[in-house]
Amino acid sequence: MTKHVGVVYFITSIALLAVGALQSWNIALSIFNLCIISAVMALGLNIQWGYAGLFNVGIMGFTALGALTAVVVSMPKVQRAWVVASNGLILSFLSFIAVVISIVLARRLLPLTSSLRLPVTIGLLIAGYLLIGNFFLPATKQIEAIDPVISGYLGGMGLPILLSWPIAGIVTAVAGWLIGKVSLGLRGDYFAIATLGISDIIIAIIKYEEWLSRGVRNVTGIPRPVPYEIDLLDLSWFVSLTHFLGVTDINNASSIFVKLCYGVLFFVVLAIILWLSERALKSPWGRMMRAIRDNRDAAEAMGKDVKARYLQVFILGCAICGIAGAMLATLEGQFTPTSYIPLRFTFLIWVMVILGGSGNNWGAVLGGVIIWFLWVEVEPVGNWFVSIITASLPKTSFITTHLIAGTSYTRYLLMGIILLSVMRFAPRGLIPER
Amino acid sequence: MEIANAFALLTNFVIIPSITYGAQLSLSALGVTIVFGILRFANFSHGELMSFGAMVTILITSLFQTKGINIFPIPTALLALPIGIIATIAIALLADQLIFRFYRKNRSKPIIFTMASLGLMFFMAGLIRIIIGPNEYSFADGARFLISFRDFKAITGWDQGIAIKQTQLITLVVTLIVVINLLWFIYKTRWGKAMRAYSDNEDLALLSGINPERVVLLAWIIAGALACVAGTLYSLDKIYKPFIFTQITLPVFAATIIGGIGQPIGAVLGGFVVAFSEVAVTYSFKKFLTYLAPTNWEPQGLVQLISTDYKYAVSYIILIVVLLLRPTGIIPGKTT
Amino acid sequence: MATGMTCGYGGTYIVNDCALWVNKGEIAVIVGPNGAGKSTAMKAVFGMLNLCSGSVVFNGDDITHLAPQERVRIGMGFVPQNRNVFVSLSVEENLEMGAFISDSNVSTLKEQVFELFPILAEKRNQLAGNLSGGQRQQVAVARALMTQPRLLMLDEPTAGVSPIVMDELFDRIVEIALTGVAVIMVEQNARQALEIADQGFVLVQGSNRFIDSGKLLLANEEVRRSFLGG
Repeated sequence: MTKHVGVVYFITSIALLAVGALQSWNIALSIFNLCIISAVMALGLNIQWGYAGLFNVGIMGFTALGALTAVVVSMPKVQRAWVVASNGLILSFLSFIAVVISIVLARRLLPLTSSLRLPVTIGLLIAGYLLIGNFFLPATKQIEAIDPVISGYLGGMGLPILLSWPIAGIVTAVAGWLIGKVSLGLRGDYFAIATLGISDIIIAIIKYEEWLSRGVRNVTGIPRPVPYEIDLLDLSWFVSLTHFLGVTDINNASSIFVKLCYGVLFFVVLAIILWLSERALKSPWGRMMRAIRDNRDAAEAMGKDVKARYLQVFILGCAICGIAGAMLATLEGQFTPTSYIPLRFTFLIWVMVILGGSGNNWGAVLGGVIIWFLWVEVEPVGNWFVSIITASLPKTSFITTHLIAGTSYTRYLLMGIILLSVMRFAPRGLIPER
Repeated sequence: MEIANAFALLTNFVIIPSITYGAQLSLSALGVTIVFGILRFANFSHGELMSFGAMVTILITSLFQTKGINIFPIPTALLALPIGIIATIAIALLADQLIFRFYRKNRSKPIIFTMASLGLMFFMAGLIRIIIGPNEYSFADGARFLISFRDFKAITGWDQGIAIKQTQLITLVVTLIVVINLLWFIYKTRWGKAMRAYSDNEDLALLSGINPERVVLLAWIIAGALACVAGTLYSLDKIYKPFIFTQITLPVFAATIIGGIGQPIGAVLGGFVVAFSEVAVTYSFKKFLTYLAPTNWEPQGLVQLISTDYKYAVSYIILIVVLLLRPTGIIPGKTT
Repeated sequence: MATGMTCGYGGTYIVNDCALWVNKGEIAVIVGPNGAGKSTAMKAVFGMLNLCSGSVVFNGDDITHLAPQERVRIGMGFVPQNRNVFVSLSVEENLEMGAFISDSNVSTLKEQVFELFPILAEKRNQLAGNLSGGQRQQVAVARALMTQPRLLMLDEPTAGVSPIVMDELFDRIVEIALTGVAVIMVEQNARQALEIADQGFVLVQGSNRFIDSGKLLLANEEVRRSFLGG
């Protein structure tokens, strides 16, 4: 690490500490935790954009998929749902396999030149869709009918939540493989539009397949990897620890302690991913990726399998975003599909990577931290600013209320300005690629 | 009789809504396709440009309303529209001067332009929400229906009626006027041909003495005007809400790509294809088939291809399928 | 008209102290082996790359620092080797684009060009992209003519067309020169090109090797042996 990197990181930590001192340590820690998650997402995107130049604007989809995995892995199983619906689900799964096999067989049997190929495939697809729907829709209806207020979905596997992080990585890697397989043939803007579309499809499915995710009714009460605040208060060692430290507000202390636990966990994950990314970047593989990014045609002419490399890097980036999604669901303790919007989960990550310095992992992490910090802190700062300029006006005046209502949206404005100015005046970011 | 009812049902719930929505999408896609053809990048900020235009129109409309200026039974918004158009063009040109011109001079890659348009999108999303807030606005103040459901049934004596909202007719008429004039401009006038020539072959256009900055200026003027008209018509017909316009970018891209990027006629067709499939695929044909089928043959289920929840997702799916199978669109467009 | 030109891309000089000139109503042909810098020399004359040294003089004016677009305005027409027509525009629209900056009557100009290329008059409403290679080259030349140039520059106008079409194109070029336009062109088909040339330039490694009238070059034993294949 160079001196420059140290300095920018130092300034950023000062900012976080200032929030702790001025607002509250609780807020500072919650910002810090989300900063770390953002940094992980930024690392994932940096692998795709910074290493390989893939314009992926579908990060939101993979993050949501990771969060869904956290739900499916950790939530308790809804026994009754499985009892009523297992037959239907098994039948629909079997018919799905039958449809796939029949389509593959039909395409094998018909000669390539046959004009029947397309109609037969489409016919089989429609027949298969109806067949699967025949078993599937009633089954999901039954599931959704069970205690809709508290469950109405299949539930999960009841495994420890921490296990869901690596599993989320695997699930999103598989999804990334599938999506990359079909869309990596597209270049530049077309790839961007395709990934944006695919991520929206993923969100739509998560939102509306209530038997799987409870959809818009949200999943709450996801198990925690760390103790609950209330339980801490009963633990003698914790109480004596607070006495030892001379803390007066024990409720606040327990909440800080919980956040610290999360912070340590997240920090470990970030450190591991950062270390691996740095290793990968410095390896021959990383050099080759950058060569492909800088001149795809030349690399292709030199016999590099560009498409396979792109696929690798796409899968890796998606998996990291998936892990970040699972971490996010763990931290929030709930899964709210409607909160996944591209501005927050895709384009914001882009601002992080561009600000930090595309191609530089330390930059991506820094960008993640700074941008999340600003995203959260713009509102209080904006409110403070508004209160100063409207100090002479009555509290209920139109301008005051309007300005206060607007402050939470200055974050969009700010992100736009940051992205545009970095691209214009410092296109290599805060910590440029070496 | 049964056939008449079936026809009325289909017209009311599928054909009229999708023609209106299709017209709105077409106008939006035209703007995207023209920017892509001339500046060669996918403009992610087009949705926000539409939102901005609609917002200015709404603000001017409410100003007119408080002053008592109106053209009843036509919505006041149409009177405010020209001002909205001028404002949208102004902001588009300002954005070009401040942001895109720099990259044009540097001959940056298209991907850089696209990313800059993301920045512009963020900026405008913030600006719009600060000015007008994130809430819904309904500002159609003209006559509501040309013909209402009940009147139609009374006149024809059918069981099913056809209702035509005034905003639907306005959408169609305005779209028709705009599209015809735009196509005339692009295909028949000197500068229109110059724009097509520039879009086709930039270097040769330079050799022919066509001024690129002038062409780019024209492209933004057209795109800005189209965005404002499309945004206003959409929110006049449905409702204005900033978030909708952040979301509408994808269906608009879908229409653009289906039509073939850089192809004006294709964009118009693409808009209608997307709109019709969104509406038709999620429509339940049960009632319709019940009218047509012989007695006792009524279909059991809803006869609906995909649940209504997936209305938006349909356009994404079309988009992906078109991108993968026929990336050049209906009318072969440009590739980057 | 162009003297002592030295230029190149990225530090290496491709064209070295090269001179080219042509008079009103005459045809000058640049020939030479592959990689001799023929096209580069041509682009340098048209201002598409900056000269390191030397100057370009047109009609008595020094235009060394004029941008290509400006050179179109003062009467230089350029036909690039590749992508030299607007494929998605009709033949007629291609011509109109050629006359984009002209103040004179476009339709009479168009008729004059159609007289020269009757086949284009027939296909005036077809898309240029749907024409055959030879017809496309005609469109390309015709488009450049619409700018009413006093100097017409052609970069390998016969690349990729059949010998018959090539002969026809050369006939047209001679006709154009007869109307008083100066023509300068780069050619692969050196022998045929030199036959119609008033002035011939043999370029090797970016420098003039031989300069003479077309006929004398054809008669020159060394030129024949080295560059025309015996």
